[in-house]
Amino acid sequence: MANRVLTGTRFVHGDWACAEGAISAGCGYYAAYPITPATEIAERIAQRFPVLGGKFIQFEDEIGAIASVIGASFSGLKAMTATSGPGVSLMLENIGLAVMTEAPCVIVNVMRGGPSTGQPTMGAQGDVMQCRWGMHGDVETIALAPQSVQEMYDLTVEAFNLSEAYRTPVFLLSDANIGHLYERLTIPREEELTLVDRKRPTLPPSEYLPYRADESLVPPMASFGDGYRFYSTGLTHDEKGYPDMSVETQDKLVRRLCDKIRRNTDKITMVETLMTDDCEVLVVAYGIAARSAATAVKQARERGLKAGLLRLVSLWPFPDKLLEKMAEDAKAVIVAEMNYGQLVREVERAVKPKPVRFLPKLGENPHTPGEILEAIRRIDA
Amino acid sequence: MTEEMKHPLSDYLRMDRLPHIWCAGCGLGIILHSYVEAIQELSMDLDKIVTVSGIGCAGRASGYVNTDAFHTTHGRALPFATGISISRPDLKTVVISGDGDLFAIGGNHLIHAARRNVDMLVICSNNFNYGMTGAQYGPTTPLNTRTPTSPYGSIENPFNLVALVASSGATMVSRWTVYHVYHLKNAIKKGLQKKGFSFIEVISPCTTGFGRLNKQTPIEMMRQLRDNTKIMKVHPMEATIDPSTEIIIGDFVDVRKPTYGEILRELEAKAR
Ligand SMILES: Cc1ncc(C[n+]2csc(CCOP(=O)(O)OP(=O)(O)O)c2C)c(N)n1
Ligand code: SF4
Ligand SMILES: [Mg+2]
Repeated sequence: MANRVLTGTRFVHGDWACAEGAISAGCGYYAAYPITPATEIAERIAQRFPVLGGKFIQFEDEIGAIASVIGASFSGLKAMTATSGPGVSLMLENIGLAVMTEAPCVIVNVMRGGPSTGQPTMGAQGDVMQCRWGMHGDVETIALAPQSVQEMYDLTVEAFNLSEAYRTPVFLLSDANIGHLYERLTIPREEELTLVDRKRPTLPPSEYLPYRADESLVPPMASFGDGYRFYSTGLTHDEKGYPDMSVETQDKLVRRLCDKIRRNTDKITMVETLMTDDCEVLVVAYGIAARSAATAVKQARERGLKAGLLRLVSLWPFPDKLLEKMAEDAKAVIVAEMNYGQLVREVERAVKPKPVRFLPKLGENPHTPGEILEAIRRIDA
Repeated sequence: MTEEMKHPLSDYLRMDRLPHIWCAGCGLGIILHSYVEAIQELSMDLDKIVTVSGIGCAGRASGYVNTDAFHTTHGRALPFATGISISRPDLKTVVISGDGDLFAIGGNHLIHAARRNVDMLVICSNNFNYGMTGAQYGPTTPLNTRTPTSPYGSIENPFNLVALVASSGATMVSRWTVYHVYHLKNAIKKGLQKKGFSFIEVISPCTTGFGRLNKQTPIEMMRQLRDNTKIMKVHPMEATIDPSTEIIIGDFVDVRKPTYGEILRELEAKAR
């Protein structure tokens, strides 16, 4: 039997790292439909899974892929799909089903330029709001944004852990630049990995209520075939899982589904800061764009400009309070993202009335450090 | 409830969810009954069956069965069930859903699940319309039928479900009606024991929708299922269906082919 965790250091691309991250995290089911720039994840999984006993299936479309992922999740497996923006567009209804029925699963979006078919081979960060607001109804999502090949691995593991802990779909928002980037990846030893598994019911089947949660707001999860004979539906449901169209049940359910994430915003939030202690200009960036931003901040400091970087590693739930606090002593905030204005709206909202300067970027390449440095310089002048 | 008052199928149903939502005269209750009776007669372990459905009147069936059960989104019961079937080959995966759910919005999944020969039993209630949304025409509605969205008569050709599923690769294909309860139950029993993609079309009256719009009483609709049906052992392509004149019913296909799961396990053994 081959090794599950491929401990060691290698020179690989981001999609490869993501596939190995999933395998390290214990992913046992992967379904997808080919799409650039995420296909290489499926190709790696297709190579590795048969040896490990994982279940790989290429579906007829992304809708089928995500529906089957939810089925596998309720069958007790850690399950994942990977795609790009067009695929997520097709999946949204069923991602809502995963939210509603509380199916842990991971959805990787290796973002490419949009709208529509857009720029298939070119990176972008245009799906940040899609994963937050694309589903109908009130939802909270968790999304992580890797900036390197190493993080494609690390954050895929983390995405599985969060999905299991909160019983919710978790997005890994990467982009073509990172998916196709070759870099050094170090995979730890198996015993160094921290893995989280969903809470299982402890009550006997006769007393188990599939949607009753304790103060954590996350109900323990039985799998098909465990003898619990539970029923689950995308309809508004009571603690038994039974459809209930009452106002009270809708109110209670939607609040719990959202609050189990909202209330844990501090715990879920992952950021990295660079020279923010005394900064007058706070740069906010994530994913590949944060790499240019880090260089720009360092160059600014060399020139005596007091800049700092807040890199958001997790995008959702949005860390409002953290942003407000970090921007408190800054003169202004700069947001650099590879789109025409998405997360900047959240930043503006959080740091109000602090002035926010937005640096859009459309079409494949992230901002150059020079472009961000120039923006820092202008604010300082 | 005292022992003598207990319904013989009460262990197989979620009694706390009854009465069901279906209209008087609707065929769905008979389909549900046939399903749980088949499970009972086979003495199957309820813990080892998963009942999955999509959205629609038929889709509500999963909510009344005392097995693990899941009510998915419209059209997606089959890929959801595929995820289970592949992950847990030790469980029997059963889909109960409507003609619109399985052949309109979910039609692509249907032909691909049949093509892959995923091990599952699919029971499709065909009531010739989208019952739940108010009897609009769908992929099974006979030509010229008046419905709320075809007020001048439907101008589309309907699918012959058994022909479509058989040509997609299903290893068991039958068509029965809710009038033929004995045959229906036997077909379900066969499907529950079958390894491979098994499909049973059940002609089922939508009394409130199709019936009311075509000025047919529930009793007339049931009579039609008796009088207009002919049991035949034919190729599914020849199993024609025209509810107002003749519907060919019967068991049309029963062959054994390696299932998706079996082939996958072989591949895994080789890869190791
Ligand atoms: C994505 C989506 N589109 C439309 C609907 C509305 N809808 C609910 S049930 C249904 C039709 C069901 O027809 P069928 O599968 O034949 O089941 P029946 O009610 O006839 O048993 C439709 C169109 C929906 N729930 N979801
Ligand atoms: S609308 Fe038609 S299919 Fe739906 S429950 Fe009523 S009779 Fe049955
Ligand atoms: Mg119908």
